[in-house]
Amino acid sequence: MIKLDSKIPEGHISEKWTNHKFNMKLVNPANKRKFDVIIVGTGLAGASAAATLGELGYKVKAFTYHDSSRRAHSIAAQGGINAAKSYQNDGDSIYRLFYDTVKGGDFRSREANVHRLAEVSNNIIDQCVAQGVPFAREYGGTLANRSFGGAQVSRTFYARGETGQQLLLGAYSSLNRQIHDGNVEMHHRKEMLDVVIVDGQAKGIVVRDLVTGEIESHAAQAVLLATGGYSNVFFLSTSAMNCNVTAAWRAHRKGAAFANPCYTQIHPTALPLHGEGQSKLVLMSESLRNDGRIWVSKKVGDGREPGDIPEGERDYYLERRYPSFGNLAPRDISSRSAKYVCDEGRGIGGGRAVYLDFADAINRIGEHAVREKYGNLFEMYENITGENPYKVPMKIYPAPHYTMGGLWVDYNLMSSIEGLFVLGEANFSDHGANRLGASALMQGLADGYFVIPYTLGNYFGGVKPEKVSTDRAEFKQVEEEVKSGIDRLLSVNGKQTVDDIHRKLGELLIADVGMSREKEKLEKVIKDIKSLRDEFWNDVKVVGKGEELNQTLERAGRVADFLELGELMAVDSLDRNESCGAHFREEYQTEDGEAVRNDEEYAYVAAWEYEEAGKWKLHKEDLNFEYVKLATRSYK
Amino acid sequence: MAHSNINLTLKIWRQAAGSSTGNFEEFKVSVSPHASILEMLDELNNSLEKEGKIPVAFESDCREGICGTCGLVVNGHPHGPQPKTATCQLHMRVFNDGDTIYIEPFKAKAFKVIKDLIVDRSGFDKIQQAGGYVSFNTGSAPDANAIPISKDIASLALDAAECIGCGACVAACKNSSAMLFVGAKVSQFALLPQGQPERYERVSNMVAAMDEAGFGSCTNTYACEAECPKGISVSNIARMNRDFLKASIKM
Repeated sequence: MIKLDSKIPEGHISEKWTNHKFNMKLVNPANKRKFDVIIVGTGLAGASAAATLGELGYKVKAFTYHDSSRRAHSIAAQGGINAAKSYQNDGDSIYRLFYDTVKGGDFRSREANVHRLAEVSNNIIDQCVAQGVPFAREYGGTLANRSFGGAQVSRTFYARGETGQQLLLGAYSSLNRQIHDGNVEMHHRKEMLDVVIVDGQAKGIVVRDLVTGEIESHAAQAVLLATGGYSNVFFLSTSAMNCNVTAAWRAHRKGAAFANPCYTQIHPTALPLHGEGQSKLVLMSESLRNDGRIWVSKKVGDGREPGDIPEGERDYYLERRYPSFGNLAPRDISSRSAKYVCDEGRGIGGGRAVYLDFADAINRIGEHAVREKYGNLFEMYENITGENPYKVPMKIYPAPHYTMGGLWVDYNLMSSIEGLFVLGEANFSDHGANRLGASALMQGLADGYFVIPYTLGNYFGGVKPEKVSTDRAEFKQVEEEVKSGIDRLLSVNGKQTVDDIHRKLGELLIADVGMSREKEKLEKVIKDIKSLRDEFWNDVKVVGKGEELNQTLERAGRVADFLELGELMAVDSLDRNESCGAHFREEYQTEDGEAVRNDEEYAYVAAWEYEEAGKWKLHKEDLNFEYVKLATRSYK
Repeated sequence: MAHSNINLTLKIWRQAAGSSTGNFEEFKVSVSPHASILEMLDELNNSLEKEGKIPVAFESDCREGICGTCGLVVNGHPHGPQPKTATCQLHMRVFNDGDTIYIEPFKAKAFKVIKDLIVDRSGFDKIQQAGGYVSFNTGSAPDANAIPISKDIASLALDAAECIGCGACVAACKNSSAMLFVGAKVSQFALLPQGQPERYERVSNMVAAMDEAGFGSCTNTYACEAECPKGISVSNIARMNRDFLKASIKM
């Protein structure tokens, strides 16, 4: 039975983290090497944690299913990273970043966590610059900024459209130094398939070597999951092909509560679907909305070329409905608006796409300046679509992109399993029901560089978890479970491929648990997902063997977990009888289509405890808003 | 989008494991010109799996040309015939109905085949571990604006730092040299003030690790630059060579 305790420190919001740091237990430098820690996932959160814990002297074992840590999907983040530096002298502050993030999350995040995030945001920029991350600069040599959705200040630091790449390579370089110095033992091409719990504490993991198929156990005194989000549950998303929920889900099955699974972000500016064989959606950075104007025709089913549609017959719907934020309205609002105009039949040619037009920006600042800011994004667009966005407007449509939900963690980033910590997108804590642009990189690095190094020390210093060996029965038992799970997948030998079933799951979810949700449809889709799960276990075909490199088997295990998670997303959506952020229930909206929250009954984190496949118990963590007054979120 | 499929003959390198011998296997496919070459392989694999056959093993992840995971030699070119394009961004519209396409792994002495189109590029990580960093512990950084860096220098450093570590430069080089890859990282730090304290030690250590990992030497044919999906300039190799020479005099 799970008991949620958020462990939010006492004191004023601006002093909680400082007080907590002072009150936490320390591990003296000579003793740090006696503690070992496993980190699963080496993207921004995992690599920054591994590097920093290695520097401190802990013994770190890090795992990734990639051939190199530099491949993690953090690398694909384009637009930027927020920080409250206020270098632009435009009224920014830690408090404003905190405020914007709580409001942007539609009052469904934990105030104390968000404030801490805003506090350490400035340290992150300092740290990255010191590592040699080549951020964009002004002519005078100082750092440049741009604006992102949901903010009226310029607080986003960037490196062309490749900010995630540069930040990840920075964390990767620090990690490499620790590998070189012998503080981090790096395991590539190994996928975590379960967590091992000994006497109620996480004490290790079981992994599959993706080249040989061998099942191995690894022990440590704490386990950190930094395994990213679960957007690939939708099959088509902007996540990388290998992104999955398996590590988090297996921990969930062992007792880690899963929080707010229905908060899934559909990003407004991805490329539209081009055909049936498509296996992934491609994101275009939100930063494009700084200069691009979003529009559709006022006419239904307008088949004219964009250049033939006169200004007066265009509907710049975001500028019209949200005059103060315009094209920089937050992601949930922008995506939903695009869906509605396409539902009305006013999408491009009556289809599911809208224009993102740079003609005005090119007239105003010139093609050269536009190229300077977005050159590589424009190139990428042209590569993929074969159209030149300097000449014709881009075509975009929303796509699943980020998941605010994730494993429940307390203020110390510890899950409901003692000794199991969760960092970055894999946890739930900072973004509430909607994440603002350029905040994912910030959170991943905050957790890894500046939060876990303190809170893990507190765990080691306070609880003093014992060392255990992988010879123990608990490890052998989990190894057997993992092996029988693999045998089960290989033995079905049905007719449908893993991708066939995954695609069906994605279609169910995007239709009924996507940008808009309603009671009857959710009730139905829960049944549909249950029967799809049965279909999977009776009719899936997984070719090849377990003891070899087998990518079909890898995907099969991940899809099996998605089939359980998908149901929980629908269950969570159905439980939440309100509209908030990315969770929009058709029944709860104002006359002009804005979300209606229900703070009386739903200002809580929904943390689900796994009982068995298709059965969960709900635990509620009440959210208190002492500093940012609960208000209707307005961007008008 | 309206389009008609094109019909292609694929000749794909199959190799069950690093230790076994490989050969080309032929497949006939019909594919949308809007699909990427990897989406074509996804479809092919899906149909192979349906028939109970072992799919073609290949790696990819972001499919946005930035993670560096994918890498196929297509018709003799690493990442295919289109310049400055990673394999995942190579779309079938560049091919014509009736074409035959050869698909092979990145072949190099330092990149051993693991299976089919997957190779082992761990040598790249070893080079980075030898010195591809600024030794700087978390928490001790001064304010980010304390060190002004001119826009041009920051931009040049970023040009070098854009390397995605895919290995096309090695696959393109007749000597299997990794000089462009190493030169890019050495240059990023050599250009920036943060990289100065360890500048010469870094280049020596990284070059030594490169040699140890089995990569060949550079004979200035510039095939690497021509095939690089990010267009990394060979001037980075020149910068590395200058620093390497200075380092050997200093040490």
